[in-house]
Amino acid sequence: MGSDFTPETSSSPLPLAGGVGGGPVDTTNRTIADTPSPSPSREREGSSYETEALIAEDIDAYLDQHQHKTMLRFITCGSVDDGKSTLIGRLLYDSKMIFEDQLAALEADSKRVGTQGQEIDFALLVDGLAAEREQGITIDVAYRFFSTDKRKFIVADTPGHEQYTRNMVTGASTADLAVILIDARKGVLTQTRRHSYLAHLIGIRNLVLAVNKMDLIGYDQAKYDEIVADYAAFAESIGITAFTPMPISGFKGDNITDPSENTPWYSGPTLMQHLETVEVNLATDQAKPFRMAVQWVNRPNLDFRGFSGQIASGSVKRGDAIRVLPGGKTSTVSRIVTIDGDLEEAVAGQSVTLCFADEIDCSRGNVIAAADNPPEAADQFEATIVWMDDAPLHVGRSYWLKLGTQMVSATVHEPKYQINVNTMEHLAAKTLDLNAIGVAEVTTDRAIVFEPYVDNRTLGGFILIDKITNATVAAGMLHFSLRRAQNVHWQAVDITRDMHANLKNQKPAVLWFTGLSGSGKSTIANLVEKKLHRMNRHTFLLDGDNVRHGLNKDLGFTEADRIENIRRVGEVAKLMADAGLIVITAFISPFRAERDMVRAMLPEGEFIEIFIDTALAEAERRDVKGLYKKARSGELKNFTGIDSPYERPDSPELRIDTAVMTPEQAADLIVDRIIQ
Amino acid sequence: MAKTLTHLKRLEAEAIHIMREVVAETERPVMLYSVGKDSAVMLHLARKAFYPSPPPFPLLHVDTTWKFQDMYRLRDRMAKDSGMELLVYQNPEAKARGINPFDHGALHTDMWKTEGLKQALDTYGFDAAFGGARRDEEKSRAKERIFSFRTATHGWDPKKQRPELWNLYNARKNKGESIRVFPISNWTELDVWQYIQLNDIPIVPLYFAGKRPTVERDGMLLMVDDDRFPLRPGEVPVERSIRFRTLGCYPLTGAVESTASTLSEIIQETLLTTTSERQGRAIDKDAGGAGMEKKKQEGYF
Repeated sequence: MGSDFTPETSSSPLPLAGGVGGGPVDTTNRTIADTPSPSPSREREGSSYETEALIAEDIDAYLDQHQHKTMLRFITCGSVDDGKSTLIGRLLYDSKMIFEDQLAALEADSKRVGTQGQEIDFALLVDGLAAEREQGITIDVAYRFFSTDKRKFIVADTPGHEQYTRNMVTGASTADLAVILIDARKGVLTQTRRHSYLAHLIGIRNLVLAVNKMDLIGYDQAKYDEIVADYAAFAESIGITAFTPMPISGFKGDNITDPSENTPWYSGPTLMQHLETVEVNLATDQAKPFRMAVQWVNRPNLDFRGFSGQIASGSVKRGDAIRVLPGGKTSTVSRIVTIDGDLEEAVAGQSVTLCFADEIDCSRGNVIAAADNPPEAADQFEATIVWMDDAPLHVGRSYWLKLGTQMVSATVHEPKYQINVNTMEHLAAKTLDLNAIGVAEVTTDRAIVFEPYVDNRTLGGFILIDKITNATVAAGMLHFSLRRAQNVHWQAVDITRDMHANLKNQKPAVLWFTGLSGSGKSTIANLVEKKLHRMNRHTFLLDGDNVRHGLNKDLGFTEADRIENIRRVGEVAKLMADAGLIVITAFISPFRAERDMVRAMLPEGEFIEIFIDTALAEAERRDVKGLYKKARSGELKNFTGIDSPYERPDSPELRIDTAVMTPEQAADLIVDRIIQ
Repeated sequence: MAKTLTHLKRLEAEAIHIMREVVAETERPVMLYSVGKDSAVMLHLARKAFYPSPPPFPLLHVDTTWKFQDMYRLRDRMAKDSGMELLVYQNPEAKARGINPFDHGALHTDMWKTEGLKQALDTYGFDAAFGGARRDEEKSRAKERIFSFRTATHGWDPKKQRPELWNLYNARKNKGESIRVFPISNWTELDVWQYIQLNDIPIVPLYFAGKRPTVERDGMLLMVDDDRFPLRPGEVPVERSIRFRTLGCYPLTGAVESTASTLSEIIQETLLTTTSERQGRAIDKDAGGAGMEKKKQEGYF
């Protein structure tokens, strides 16, 4: 369907001509404000009167025009005092989106509860819920729709007070552009800074500074220039590189659809002209590499297997090489299926179903990406978090994290800092309360496919869900992953771990011996391996002391080093189990969390925790290596059982009580347990 | 040069994305099917979203027994064409008590529609129901989320709505809760009409002008669709060229005089008309300005 697309010229979204008197302001080059303003280059066109005439005279021509419109989503930021609802009401009114019956009701309501005397109070059009109308404030996000002959618009109307930060962030998350409203009588206020910061935080690149209520300051250019200069200085300080200022009056209609006669000194676009021509996000998303999160596997019968999703970025053509993450398997796109026939190409924003040339694993939560340019997978991140729940962030508690179509368990660490949204200062914080914004580390229970939020909203934006109340408690934006492995991609191999194990005719396992120093771990582990070896089992014994001579010789005995020691041993044991081996390890491994970490690395049932239970007194009496003596004398620090704790396993697969069993009997018991 | 999706293509992609999320994350979804033009678009989107599979959920028609005959005919045909299961639910209590729009007024809507819908959802154990409501229809709808949660008793609390960011929807719910999902929230009436035209979607013939028997009553033009229509003394049905902008129970839905017989003409008439869409329906008027909001808190869709 060639008519699906409207060609759009890639004009610069932010032409620099005009300066303060005219178009956008580049905060990095403010001297441009001194250049003479060009006269308006655009003619008045497409007024609502002409549109109406076209509908009446040639409906098919009108529909053809409407069919090819693009869509812009934007947000208006400001409080009731700034005239936000009035502005939106005005946009609806000027684009003929108000029906006569609504207008009649509006006129009646204006006289009854309006704040504009006998004149129409446009704000009443917009304030929806009964509770809000009574209180005279907007308390939630409301979406409004209007269109001109070029575009359809969706406006997210959100409240401006600080206690509604979450609503503004919500409305901004889908917006291409933000209109920051300023009351010309008051200039740049705390809330202006807050709104600008939030819009910038959520990644909105097109900012309009609408200096409203110009009628109330007599359309004073000097005052306007002063406000714009003030704002430019602030904007630059928080990293906003460009914005488009304009003098308007929502109430009187100045520079909304038509250039105002009251501001002859202003030659930039009207608000509507700007909204009609600014570049939308989808256009920039298409230039990025291809990514699509799999929502649903379409399998109507054995002959068809398709993967459904909405393309997050880039484009895909039939025959393109793709990679499925996090698995890493590659194939090519054989079909792009729709009910109207197969497509040759699909682009960011479209919902499609892809078929592959090869039968490879792919399911909900996977990401299909360009084969030669895939995103990363990681399980530890730094992120900006906006807290949205009445109950504060519980550091260390497990929440559901949803990113794209991936749903994992995640914990948030103590925030590095909280941001004062009024001053942008960094504050120390132990937690995050409702509407607080902070930066913290986030750890997920398994690796997720992601991209930094600045590069890709879909693969970088996430929500946190309370596991008990199921409420959406936070929104987050990933900055980067904290693990060095971020650029390592998983290389898919054809010989699987099952094939390795089958060749050896055995089921892989990790026999994890834990217990105090001198409890008898190494002795029993050694006997177990000898017995398994005689039974033609392929084994390998990883001994604590031996590993510290090589792989882990850079590690000491601090808590961090001991955790890293166990992590490395766990990873090596996992690789050996993948190769089909029965791995036997003998490490004190005193901390429950680290043993559980290794357990989580392995498939269910392959981690066999064997607790060699020897009383401390007995182990100390044996003192084979003379270590307890050194620890008691203070010569050896951090020694388990003396000045460092041993956390007994809660429910090990096997517990060996060395007081009632010889090493030989213990080994037989263990071998029976795994050979059964 | 970038290819830019038209607004209709973007709205379509958004609706399809939402439908797939619901199917992936809920246990027993259903699509409410009222046979109107919004339902027609919803059904079409569902077929697109899951093609070549049929949509993996049934259609549910909460029937009041007072729909236009043309609506019943199209309903049965569409269910057959789509390969979907059609469930028709009629509130047995309303049936037993003979509740009708002529004698019972507001009770008719409450019993057949509001109560009927709750009973149907409970009876079948659906945990998510797709509806075709749009935010441009009415002020309280403008603030409703796309995923709108209902308590175990089907109540709606506008102050307890979950934030919806980006295109991430949280479909997790507590025991007994259910979700109403509105995939075409961001469509306008014009979008719906144009989508029907571009995709050649079948709609009830009553949307097109035709000569039909009518009476004028309380400022509304009502169609005499069958012999259950009780004529008041002096009322004589008159043939008029009429059509309907919205379709509900025939005695509650006002017609407009019109000669619009093609989709283009319907759209033209809609755009040039000076009254908003729901004016033909009595339902928004019951409780003053807050009519729909009040109904929704009580469990109306």
